[in-house]
Amino acid sequence: MRSDTSKLGFYLLLAPILLWLVVLIILPHIGLFMVSISEKIGPREFETGFGNYATFFGEPLYWRTFARTAIMSILATALTLILGFPIAYYIAKLTRGRTKTTLFLMCMIPFWVSELVRTFGWMILLRETGVISNALQSLGLVSGPVELLYNDAAIMVGLVYTSILFMVVPLVTTLDSLDDSLIEAGYDLGGTSTSIMREIVIPHAMPGIVSGCIVVFMLSLGNYLTPILLGGKDSLWFTGMIYTQFITRFNWELGSALGFLLLALSSAIVFLGLKLSKQSLSDTMGRT
Amino acid sequence: MTDTKPDLVCRDLTKDFDSFRAVDQVSFDVSKGSFFSILGPSGCGKTTLLRMIAGFQSPTSGDLQIKGKSMIGVPPNKRPVSMVFQHLALFPTMNIGDNVGFGLRQRGVARTEIARRVDEVLDRVGLPGVAARRINQLSGGQKQRVAIARCMVLEPDVLLLDEPLGALDLKLREHMKVELKSLQAAFDTTFVYITHDQSEALVMSDNIAVMNHGRFEQIGPPHEIYHKPDTAFVAGFVGDANKIDAKVASVNGAMVTLTSAGAEMSVEAPGSELIAGQEAQVFLRPEAVELTKSDHGAGEGDNVSACTVDAVLFNGANSSVIVRDQAGHLLNVAMPQTGSFSGLQVGDAVFTRWHPNQARCYPAATA
Repeated sequence: MRSDTSKLGFYLLLAPILLWLVVLIILPHIGLFMVSISEKIGPREFETGFGNYATFFGEPLYWRTFARTAIMSILATALTLILGFPIAYYIAKLTRGRTKTTLFLMCMIPFWVSELVRTFGWMILLRETGVISNALQSLGLVSGPVELLYNDAAIMVGLVYTSILFMVVPLVTTLDSLDDSLIEAGYDLGGTSTSIMREIVIPHAMPGIVSGCIVVFMLSLGNYLTPILLGGKDSLWFTGMIYTQFITRFNWELGSALGFLLLALSSAIVFLGLKLSKQSLSDTMGRT
Repeated sequence: MTDTKPDLVCRDLTKDFDSFRAVDQVSFDVSKGSFFSILGPSGCGKTTLLRMIAGFQSPTSGDLQIKGKSMIGVPPNKRPVSMVFQHLALFPTMNIGDNVGFGLRQRGVARTEIARRVDEVLDRVGLPGVAARRINQLSGGQKQRVAIARCMVLEPDVLLLDEPLGALDLKLREHMKVELKSLQAAFDTTFVYITHDQSEALVMSDNIAVMNHGRFEQIGPPHEIYHKPDTAFVAGFVGDANKIDAKVASVNGAMVTLTSAGAEMSVEAPGSELIAGQEAQVFLRPEAVELTKSDHGAGEGDNVSACTVDAVLFNGANSSVIVRDQAGHLLNVAMPQTGSFSGLQVGDAVFTRWHPNQARCYPAATA
């Protein structure tokens, strides 16, 4: 009796997540996969095959765009880590009590505003008639208006800005769990700031670093809004390319194939990253 | 040992936190190769003092010298001291060999040399061949020894220990006391040990400093601290003692006569500045009181009183009896281990007697 009711409770609790997984993730992906392996051979005539995938590898534009997107995302992840680590270390180790809560909250507050609005904020700052351009002109540093938007640097700024929170939060959590006495023991045994950082702090924070990097990399790779708005129409971002296939070209077959390739290739990059840093997915995701 | 220069010297060491004075003009010497304990209740400033010696906190005033060199302004990684932390602070991301070798790596010692010295020191603490194991594969006592090995491999002038036995269970703690003492003798290094556990301090130390409210109340060897406490705090904190509030009735040379709720007692208190009419506190160790069945045979001048047994607290060799005298005072008396009182029952009539030189008498705290 008792085990029956507890079993029922277990399935009832499991139902929402199962429903979510099956209806919103698994089913659409199966559908998308079916679409991606159908080749158009004539009006309303389809044949099963991997031609769409072959197109990706055959057409340099596609895989070069993918490579560019992946490299830019890795770069954005590295920049986010370099910027986020000191912030997280400061919040977790060098502040106490209210200051800590306040600083943590200040990191979060920008994210209460929609990404679209935040990206427009950057556009207001960076565009030709924007705040920075005007300020430079009035200071007499430049003679005419400068266009800071629509280049790779602008994309990078936007990507780092939108994803830094997802780096800071897991880092603060893991650094918080580092006992201060370990750092003190390091100094006591003759360690310098650099060697303590390298031998004690970073190994301890590794799960947080890796999980932060995975999240930031995936968010950057799958970001659509920021590269399009800040990079303009020449941004050549892979998600933008998928969008074009679906909406502009109405080539759902190729779009689906590109979507699947994005999933497979980004998973491969994450897997490679985990192997290189000698971390396991369950370790890093279980910790935070 | 008196002719060698002390390893560690503190002169008027003071530490203020805002308006709170954690350590107040503490001065002491620790001679080379000795085991020095700082004993005090929690919050007495002993941890602050230890952290100042280690270099994690800088004193507000005063001087601190190790091997004759002032350590003021020297960062912790440049001091010839090592510290065993309260929770040991072994690095969980490294194996035991890397933990022990950490300090040597910082000094740039060659890899093969590190491996040799790590093996050697692990051998000396009785853990040969564990270098490749992980920290969580060790028991509490073994971790303790690894923590000591990690410090000793650097051959520090002074080893600081911050209540390292606190986290262990009783049995292991008793065992580690003996082991720490023998390790100290084996390494022949100066140990400065802080604890709130008086038995740890009494068993292991060559010298003990009893600390209270940021000040040292008394410094001396264990037997002196135990038998000749300088202050009421030391008498009450170290060892068990019956505390009796009394009033000084008369002073006759070294002999003080006191009254407490009608009962009269005499205590030998040479050099005390007690005057008649003053409030005083008498401290009497449970083992200093003799329990008898009759009042015959009492020595000259002994304090004798008739009591009834209030409770018998059986605790093996540490069994004690709580007796109530006619004035209603409770007195904790050690149970004689001869077996003559093994049948003692609550309500039995007994006599207590103690010699005046067994008790200590101090002016009552004015606070």
